[in-house]
Amino acid sequence: MEILSILIPVSLGLGAAGLVAFIWALRSRQFEDPKGDAERILSDKWDDRPRPD
Amino acid sequence: MADLTASGFSACPACDAAPLAQRLADRADHADGTLILSLPSAHCATCITDVETALVAHPGVRSARVNLTLRRVTVDAPGLSADDLIPVLAGVGYEAHELDPDALSATTADRQGRDLLMRIGVSGFAMMNIMILSVAVWSGAEAATRDLFHWISGAIALPTVFFAGQPFFRSAWSALRVGRLGMDVPISLALVLASAISVYETMNSGHHAYFDGVTMLCFFLLIGRYLDHRTRAIARSAAAELTALEVPRATLLIDGAEQVVPIASLRLGDLIRIRPGARVPADGEIVEGRSEIDRALLTGETLPVLAVPGQMLSAGEVNLTGPLTLRVTAAGRDSSLARLTALVEAAESARGRYTSLAERVAKAYSPSVHVMALTSFAGWMWATGDLRLAVNIAAAVLIVTCPCALGLAVPAVATAASGRLFRRGLLIKDGTALERLAEVDTVVFDKTGTLTMGRPVLVSADPLTPVLRPVARALAEASAHPLSRALAEALADQPVADLTDVTEHPGFGVSARWQGRMVRLGRADWLGVGEDDGTLPTSATWLAVEGQAPVRLDFTDELRPGAADCVAMLRKARLRVVLISGDRQAAVADLAARLGIGDFHAGVDPRGKEAMVADLAVRGARVLMVGDGLNDTAALARAHASISPASALDAARVASDMVLTGNDLAPVADAVETARRATRRIRENFAISIAYNIVAVPLAVAGMVTPLIAALAMSLSSITVTLNALRLRDRKE
Repeated sequence: MEILSILIPVSLGLGAAGLVAFIWALRSRQFEDPKGDAERILSDKWDDRPRPD
Repeated sequence: MADLTASGFSACPACDAAPLAQRLADRADHADGTLILSLPSAHCATCITDVETALVAHPGVRSARVNLTLRRVTVDAPGLSADDLIPVLAGVGYEAHELDPDALSATTADRQGRDLLMRIGVSGFAMMNIMILSVAVWSGAEAATRDLFHWISGAIALPTVFFAGQPFFRSAWSALRVGRLGMDVPISLALVLASAISVYETMNSGHHAYFDGVTMLCFFLLIGRYLDHRTRAIARSAAAELTALEVPRATLLIDGAEQVVPIASLRLGDLIRIRPGARVPADGEIVEGRSEIDRALLTGETLPVLAVPGQMLSAGEVNLTGPLTLRVTAAGRDSSLARLTALVEAAESARGRYTSLAERVAKAYSPSVHVMALTSFAGWMWATGDLRLAVNIAAAVLIVTCPCALGLAVPAVATAASGRLFRRGLLIKDGTALERLAEVDTVVFDKTGTLTMGRPVLVSADPLTPVLRPVARALAEASAHPLSRALAEALADQPVADLTDVTEHPGFGVSARWQGRMVRLGRADWLGVGEDDGTLPTSATWLAVEGQAPVRLDFTDELRPGAADCVAMLRKARLRVVLISGDRQAAVADLAARLGIGDFHAGVDPRGKEAMVADLAVRGARVLMVGDGLNDTAALARAHASISPASALDAARVASDMVLTGNDLAPVADAVETARRATRRIRENFAISIAYNIVAVPLAVAGMVTPLIAALAMSLSSITVTLNALRLRDRKE
């Protein structure tokens, strides 16, 4: 049962990492235009050279 | 803008629209260069690239970014206005409309949405972690291990409930303060009671703790809350999008000098100048100038009316050909616009009494939950005398009956349905609009601007001999009159004849010299051919060449695309279709015959329209009004549900529940069908969640509900309800 003292913090830590990632994504406005982002990846506009910015 | 978005929908939208438009007018002077345009037709990756490339290539545009979810493009272009960019987009094939950036940045709604998402994220995280620990407890963890797991669960759950439950606590508190029991009171009670009893059980090494159930409750209810918020935010921003781009300004004449002033500052007796193409800003009498007046938005008349000194004009009419000077006879409260606003106000309050399905269910739900929880508590207390057991069972009853599925039943369906309608080109502005639309059995259409485009097209160029066509085109191009423009468009493939001495005679027509002869294009009476025959369904203009008989050119109002299909589909769905118009009998009868509408009324004024809609309602009909003009506004507000096209006057769009984003009318028929299906789904969803309760509540009252069963019932019912709602999305017909 000693393994629990490692596993529980590990599972909580992983969950917290996911939560932090979610909050970061939310803060950086990645949920503003889900449909547009899904379509943008299909655009071949910047296939030949990187976008200058 | 803030007060409109904050207060949601006011009893008198038209009253809001005027000051709102006023603020827009003020704002236009100090815009910071960010423009937002709506793009109803954008739908794919190519659209994004096309629009962004076209805009960035335009001089003065620093950047452009399309948001496909909202179908908008945000353009950073200091010094440019929407009027500069709309033609650019039209050039690459995209219809665009200006939106008000201040209204749309919608910071409060935006922040609320992200706030809710954050709470969903936190409660989701908590739920999953607690579930891992709970699985161990359910599968038989004993003694110290179980207590440890309960403590850890509690340590995660309590802060989560405190943070994620805030929306419920807050709204429960505000409901209680005014002495009501909303949906949120039993929810908050369940959250608090279940958390408290779980802590108590954990301290006493009890078997059951509801930490998992509590976080799950937060999670599912927050999802429902978020969907609801999103539908509302979209509706609100739709309403904001559509308000008032008609900037209320007038050109005031002071001692012969022109000065642009806000309409609100006009006084009786002021002289104002109205340019050709401008809208009349206030009621008044013409003191100088001749022109023709387009009354289509006010009365539905398609024929332009001659305007001469001494004649009265009403606000909202459009001056067509010559500049006019007007003496203001009524401004503000007394103007015809304000009288219409009062009509709308009266009509709105009649409709405000609608209670939605969800409200009716909530009204029955929350007292019965409290009664059940209290009864089971009292019953067990009386039977066993064990306070701890009785509280445990009361908490279980509250958790099991908690309206996870009920909270999702409506928002999930509304989101799916409004998303579907949005893709088809219909914006829903009002929360209960879908339900009201589903009950509709009669559809009343306006003619000009709704079933038709309100734009004349030449019936046929045949009356013109090939020799005259270039002459007609050249004359037509000299005027901005709608009939001239339609003629020029129809003859666009013709060469342009050489004319000299081209003069426009405001209110009459255009004259010029061609090969030494006088040629004139204009009104019948000006050319001396007598009055136009008012019994014909078409509008006409005449072309006269000196020494020849004048030629009559007929124009008809172009049908809106999808109008015929829409009417046919509505009739197929066995809805009664009525046409009410302010236009002449002949024109209305012609259109009704073309569309196969048997029930039509011509020459009806705004008050008459409202009265007819009200009369239909009295006789038990549920009316869907589709209209665009100022003359329809009161009827739109009076009807059970209402739709207006995007080209409609702002007041009409504000008064209606739904707005078509494109030119096509076909989504109207589709909307009725979708609304009916959506309401059916909502009822099914209520049935599903009630069925779950019927099974689970007796178990809870009997004290047989373990945290495992509570968790199962909660998640199963929520998922079934959501899946049922999703069936609405784009099913292939």
